[in-house]
Amino acid sequence: MSARAICSGWVRPSVMPGFGMTLGFTLAYLGLVVLIPLSAVMFRAAGLGWQDFLALATDSRTLAAVRLSFSTALLAAALNAVFGLLVAWVLVRYSFPGKRVLDAMVDLPFALPTAVAGIALTSLYAGNGWIGQFLEPLGIKVAYAPLGIMVALTFIGLPFVVRTIQPVLHDLDAEIEEAAATLGAGRARTFRKVILPVLSPSLLTGFALACARGVGEYGSVIFIAGNIPHVSEIAPLLIVIRLEEFNYAGATAVAAIMLAISFILLLLINLIQAWSSQRMGRA
Amino acid sequence: MEIQVHDIRKTFDGTAAALDGISLTIRSGELLALLGPSGSGKTTLLRVIAGLEFPTGGSVLFDGDDASHRTVQERNVGFVFQHYALFRHMTVLDNVGFGLAARPRANRPAKAEIRRRAEELLALVQLQGLEHRSPAQLSGGQRQRVALARALAIEPTVLLLDEPFGALDAKVRKDLRRWLRQLHDRTGHTTVFVTHDQEEALELSDRVAIINQGRLEQIGTPSEAYLRPESAFVFDFLGSTNVLPVEVRDGRAFFAGCPVPVADGIEAGDGHYTLQARPCDMMLAVDRQGPGLGGIAEMVRVSLGRVRVDMKVGGLARPIELELPMKGEGWRELQPGQSLRVRIDRYHLFAAP
Repeated sequence: MSARAICSGWVRPSVMPGFGMTLGFTLAYLGLVVLIPLSAVMFRAAGLGWQDFLALATDSRTLAAVRLSFSTALLAAALNAVFGLLVAWVLVRYSFPGKRVLDAMVDLPFALPTAVAGIALTSLYAGNGWIGQFLEPLGIKVAYAPLGIMVALTFIGLPFVVRTIQPVLHDLDAEIEEAAATLGAGRARTFRKVILPVLSPSLLTGFALACARGVGEYGSVIFIAGNIPHVSEIAPLLIVIRLEEFNYAGATAVAAIMLAISFILLLLINLIQAWSSQRMGRA
Repeated sequence: MEIQVHDIRKTFDGTAAALDGISLTIRSGELLALLGPSGSGKTTLLRVIAGLEFPTGGSVLFDGDDASHRTVQERNVGFVFQHYALFRHMTVLDNVGFGLAARPRANRPAKAEIRRRAEELLALVQLQGLEHRSPAQLSGGQRQRVALARALAIEPTVLLLDEPFGALDAKVRKDLRRWLRQLHDRTGHTTVFVTHDQEEALELSDRVAIINQGRLEQIGTPSEAYLRPESAFVFDFLGSTNVLPVEVRDGRAFFAGCPVPVADGIEAGDGHYTLQARPCDMMLAVDRQGPGLGGIAEMVRVSLGRVRVDMKVGGLARPIELELPMKGEGWRELQPGQSLRVRIDRYHLFAAP
């Protein structure tokens, strides 16, 4: 083979060897782990036939579960975006005794088995729990209600936002804030016009991760949700219920809907991200 | 705007004083350089004037009014950061207009007016046509000028520049230096800039304040500082120098017991001093037998326009450096290892440490 042949095409000569092998492995691995299971869901759903699929998908219980799953996940992720930013800010910008402990605590929702988190939250927010006993008389029902799902998902999603923002905030040059101050901008304006635009790509990533995690969350939610059909039954649980009923078609339909919505959400967030990082001048 | 800095002290926790009682006056309309080695406290002083750093003691007066308790925003200073600190998510035009758009609603100009003013300033700093670029698409020198335009946009009472040319390469630095001088002469802003580059400070400024270890060593015009240094530090810092510990007796200087040949008589009283002289103020004593400071030539190099000779002198750790004019006598025969004698043409005497 001549040198010319090596240089041609899209394989550039490089000091890093093994391009062909690693790419092959990557493709095979991704196919095996991600693509084949996902396409199996789609094939299964396609196998149902359009009429059956539509009937299963527009079933009111299915729709309620899907709606609940996505709305609580989105809301919890939004809540985390706000307060996760605050937590990250405090952890990066200030030094105080116990900071390391606090920093480590952020990872707890990652590390804790989700069932444990679910049981802990349930016992806290139940009508006779430490917090629940004060909320119940006010007419706020957390455990065994959609609000409880929100609480669980907020708990689960927090580290995603904090950990994606933290490094960016750390690298954020304090000088640009000082520059804004010398130009007469107050704190609020500096935050809105100078800091937030720089953070927004990572904030979005954190939001997307928390949201994705929230949609798929099962372990912690089923304990606190109460799982009342049409009210506090999440989509992943519905899939399990359908499977236990040996209603594989029904399970597949719910799964296919979730897959489609998740895909669209991910695509949207990626588009927003591309747009905002282009605005940042990283073209 | 005249700025008085009065007895400013600043200590960061756990370290030596960054500023140790500095007092100086920045005259209205002048271009003042704060010159000092790194870690001397010059940038801290600049930040204290801007209100970005709060001093442990002392006060800053703007036109006689105590500004010590005014916030950065209230001081209305134009600050140019060493690394520009441009807002990279905004266009050049928005960067420059930021200060005007940030004004309180009551005296905020209309959008079109902000735009017009920003364009005017970009024309002033010769960046027309780059309004809609993002800072990432500009060269270092261009970013520096955007930062300057942004600082000028707020009609600052004083313009403060922190190592304005520090991050630029030598050629651009030289051009920008000349350009900044012209800009200053045209706009007349009271300007303070921090630098560790002696040449830059001497060439660019009306007056130089030389700072060392948090203290003001000397303030004066560049020629005053260069020709009449008030301390050994100033002399040493403003160019390379030869240091000779001498003892003065009856108007004559002695080094290690031998008389030091200086051009004219010494006026200082008897005692121990350090004698300092620039390499270019050392002359070769052509008649090798005549009076002179004797030593052995270690190195003879022809450099750009002059000849550099290092002379080893017994009892001195560092060789004496000479810079001889090309057209001078006697250097052509000089070989390393040869003995030679020098006379000292111009020198300064400072009290021995």
